[in-house]
Amino acid sequence: MAATQTLAEQLRAQGVSRRGFLKFCAATASLMALPPSLIPRIAEALEAARRPSVIWLSFQECTGCTESLTRSHAPTLEGLIFEAISLDYHHTLQAASGEAAEAARLQAMRDNAGAYLVVVDGSIPGPEANPGYSTVAGHSNHAILMETVEHAAAVIAVGTCAAFGGLPRAAPNPTGARAVMELVDDKPIVNISGCPPIPMAITGVLAHYLTFGRLPELDAYRRPLAFFGESIHDRCYRRPFYDQGLFAESFDDEGARQGWCLYRLGCKGPTTYNACATQRWNGATSWPIEAGHPCLGCSEPAFWDAGGFYQAVSVPPRVNAEALLGAGAAGAALGAGTALAARRFTRHEQQQREPVTVEALEKRL
Amino acid sequence: MNGAMEFLLWTKGPMFQIALGIFAVGMLARLFEILLLGRATNHAEARAGEWLPGLRTVFTRTIPDPGTFRRAPFDVLVGWIWHLGFIIVLLLSVPHVELVAGVFGVSWPTLPNPVIDLLTAITLAGLVAALLHRLLHPVKRRISIPQDYLVWALTFAVVLTGYLAYHRLVDPYPLALGMHILSAELLLICLPFTKLTHIFTTVFARWYNGAAFGRKGVRS
Repeated sequence: MAATQTLAEQLRAQGVSRRGFLKFCAATASLMALPPSLIPRIAEALEAARRPSVIWLSFQECTGCTESLTRSHAPTLEGLIFEAISLDYHHTLQAASGEAAEAARLQAMRDNAGAYLVVVDGSIPGPEANPGYSTVAGHSNHAILMETVEHAAAVIAVGTCAAFGGLPRAAPNPTGARAVMELVDDKPIVNISGCPPIPMAITGVLAHYLTFGRLPELDAYRRPLAFFGESIHDRCYRRPFYDQGLFAESFDDEGARQGWCLYRLGCKGPTTYNACATQRWNGATSWPIEAGHPCLGCSEPAFWDAGGFYQAVSVPPRVNAEALLGAGAAGAALGAGTALAARRFTRHEQQQREPVTVEALEKRL
Repeated sequence: MNGAMEFLLWTKGPMFQIALGIFAVGMLARLFEILLLGRATNHAEARAGEWLPGLRTVFTRTIPDPGTFRRAPFDVLVGWIWHLGFIIVLLLSVPHVELVAGVFGVSWPTLPNPVIDLLTAITLAGLVAALLHRLLHPVKRRISIPQDYLVWALTFAVVLTGYLAYHRLVDPYPLALGMHILSAELLLICLPFTKLTHIFTTVFARWYNGAAFGRKGVRS
């Protein structure tokens, strides 16, 4: 596939009608909360877009993010758009190519210096960690990341591991895992968190970048607001049950069968920002809460350490009962000690007391 | 990374432990001190028993006598309303019961969210009215010390942040929930060292009063 082919030419070659393409543009515009007047501009920009060079780096990850994006069960428009980038390096997909793949990465970096996008999935053992924890072609993840992002136009951290450290960073973080944004501070970074993230969030960010030449509006965690601007709880179809105070208390009680709110079963929807409730999964078939399972909060920082998956949001992750008992005992001892000291002082004073008569006083004066 | 989620996890994790620890040390120290100090020995001959009048007074003093109500109807009514609202919301809302169940393993039935919501609003209004009365009533203003305002602010902050969190009026929500948990922790930390100790000492104080009167053969 020639890199000079525009996206429009490519989509037509793959049998996508113009109507289908415009529908995708309209959907993207509404998803990204852009006014409808911009749909033609998106279409125009996407049609004329040359395939941007993308280097995909996989570090400490489970390949779930790549699976989520590449194994959509039907070739969707999002999939085609995704294929329409020039994926010059993807170490998981190119593992068998060995040195040739590494050469392709260096070639892409040279040819597109300052213009290529770097997509990262997986966390990275930080510079202070043993570089041997995770290597590719004999180089540490940290070295490859720093070398590759140096001339990148922007970095897209895909998945919670790349965005926030994810599972590898969970306590006690044996490999010193870090998020991309903790290591790269001089490039525009977009975090598309989730375990895995919603494919449409990735294609949406790419479409925005191709259309406007810049990254979309981001939240405090550098996530695109269009997909991470609202919480699961606020968009949940079970929300009316929460408002009425109707909760499932176990996975097979009457409440669970009636589809009531899963708050008491540990749903992290109230604190989780993602688009699952609106986008849903597997071609909008369903999503975790619709399947009867509480939201785990996979798109939030530190979600592995944020408390039990089956305990409500209000429950603290862990309480050190021994320390608490110790503190109570120390307090009791302190109070008892003070009281006993005071009593002893009183008794002592009483024993020292010398009865005084008026006559004795007068004599003394 | 210093975002709302980290703040929430800090309030739920390390800060929660610190607050519970200070509360446990402070409260048990004060209670043991008070109970072990006891009262001065009364050498007079007892005219009647102490226990029954003491226990009776614990309950009878909860209901104001008609004289008190006539003299200060506002204090009695508003005090009752917001105290009751606070206690019900504290003990019977779903997230609070889940917290107790998660930490101590015991749970009890809860009230529906809309009821809790209404009671919270009433409690907030009651607390505002109580503050206004304190500020506007010449006698109450004169006998108020800075600690009275501190204690009011701590209590109000807990209820207000809870209300804001439930209605998701602060964005992002982890910030709202974190603020609520943090203000509850500040309340816990200050509880043993301020007038808030009355939550625990009211019962003893009333018992001592009733017992002293009972001993003298006086009704209380």
